Amino acid sequence: MSESLYQEIILDHYKNPRGRGLREPFDAEAHHVNPTCGDEITVRVRLDGDTLADVSYDGQGCSISQAAASVLHELLTGHTLTDSAVAGTAFTEMMQGKGKVEGDEDILGDGIAFTGVARYPARVKCALLSWMALKDAVHRASTEKVG
Amino acid sequence: MAHRMASPLDVDRIRKDFPILERRLAGDRQLVYLDSANTSQKPRAVIDAVTEHYERHNANVARAVHQLGEEATAAYEDTRDKVAGLISAPSRDEIIFLKNASEALNLVANTLASGLAEDPRYRLGPGDEIVITEMEHHSNIVPWQLVARRTGATLRWFGLTDDGRLDLTDLDELINTRTKIVSMVYQSNILGTVNPVERIAARARDVGALVLVDAAQAVPHMPVDVTALAEHGVDLLAFTGHKMCAPTGVGVLWGRSEVLNSLPPFLGGGEMIETVAMEGSTFAPIPHKFEAGTPPIAQVVGLGAAVDYLTGLGLGAIHEHEQVLTAYALDRLAGVDGVTVIGPAEPVDRGGTVSFTVDGIHPHDVGQVLDEHGIAVRVGHHCARPVCVRYGIPATTRASFYLYTTTAEIDALVDGIDEVKRFFG
Repeated sequence: MSESLYQEIILDHYKNPRGRGLREPFDAEAHHVNPTCGDEITVRVRLDGDTLADVSYDGQGCSISQAAASVLHELLTGHTLTDSAVAGTAFTEMMQGKGKVEGDEDILGDGIAFTGVARYPARVKCALLSWMALKDAVHRASTEKVG
Repeated sequence: MAHRMASPLDVDRIRKDFPILERRLAGDRQLVYLDSANTSQKPRAVIDAVTEHYERHNANVARAVHQLGEEATAAYEDTRDKVAGLISAPSRDEIIFLKNASEALNLVANTLASGLAEDPRYRLGPGDEIVITEMEHHSNIVPWQLVARRTGATLRWFGLTDDGRLDLTDLDELINTRTKIVSMVYQSNILGTVNPVERIAARARDVGALVLVDAAQAVPHMPVDVTALAEHGVDLLAFTGHKMCAPTGVGVLWGRSEVLNSLPPFLGGGEMIETVAMEGSTFAPIPHKFEAGTPPIAQVVGLGAAVDYLTGLGLGAIHEHEQVLTAYALDRLAGVDGVTVIGPAEPVDRGGTVSFTVDGIHPHDVGQVLDEHGIAVRVGHHCARPVCVRYGIPATTRASFYLYTTTAEIDALVDGIDEVKRFFG
């Protein structure tokens, strides 16, 4: 069975998403789609100085894409932009590691459950979708605040 | 329950012709291949023909005076005769070998847009209208969007009914005296719908518009007679080899001689010319006018073997077999809670491509769990995203059948869907 892909943690986040729903106020948002399968995600961020005061999201798509957004919310809300960037880099490396890169639980939390997804090239994009949207939203929020 | 037809094919025997169907997947699972609309599997005869070409006859075509060159050219040109026979084309010169159906559709769109044709019927410009349908593959949408932008022509389309068919209510308005070309799919690659191309072509002929048919999902699965279609107004027809047991890399454009002669060349290069001078060139007659450069020779040879294989069994018998499978699949899927078929629910004017959704479970997840059971389906929007938008769904799971598909494989699919529901339930 699909244990290596569909870890219990992923199924749990999919069935019981944490922090789902777009919230106000927010500083920036980004909408990303996966053109091959129609997964969609919108990620909103609210910054408090250097801290991600809130990461809210909504979307539709497969269990991998939606669970990844839930993990993202849980992992990064209340954390600094530096933590967020480190986690984003670590998650991307893990997903591009063809299943051979074990994630660091201290950095990625439940995100390490996605290591098996990296063995399925068609699904890597699903897992990365919300992380890419977050990166975009943070970039927009930061540049808008500076500008 | 309606009387169920029996398949005219000896499927057990046919399956022995396809080595890959013996394949054991990870975990020693048997392959259940339900993705033939994506690409078909290849029979031993085709694999052998390609191997034999490379082992014994390999040379470039139409350029060499040596024996191998003559053999390769003869095999290449033999396929042209076979393909002409397959689709009942009145002349072998009306068969153009290209790399796939997409290239064939792009050839027509781009030559019409080039403005190089002498006859204004073959030049697109501002005020002209192009008519397609909402159930086209992206390869029959995007080229027309591009040439509409380039030429100032207007792109229009037929919408879809709730039951997955073309809405022809506006037939006489949509196809009018401004219409330059109508380009439509014969059998939808996502809905399975077989469209009334004769009726639409007849209207187009009445207003003097060209008619192009995307037959990529039709020629592999049913008898297609372009001489008969031409009588209804069809001018051009595109299909691809790899969906009909042939290798990838070879597609076919059929066109009425008058139309192909009137269209300007598409790609320039070797073998498509008559004479070349620095000041300008003249072009070879069809079919070579449209076959620039070294063609996919081994693939064309493989296509010839595929045509022999399919015609040996009979396209009529293959079609009947698939009708039996389609009726069986629609019947079985109708009995699965939470499964909704996207496309015609009855096995009438529809082929063996069945798209469906499973309540609350994304198609990617459906496909992944089915794969764990060795069942290969396609998930996504199948390069027909407007259809998904029309029916308010992000994607579908698609099972598609061919001459080697069995009812037992459809049973495996239904069991697999039950597993999917258990897993995500």
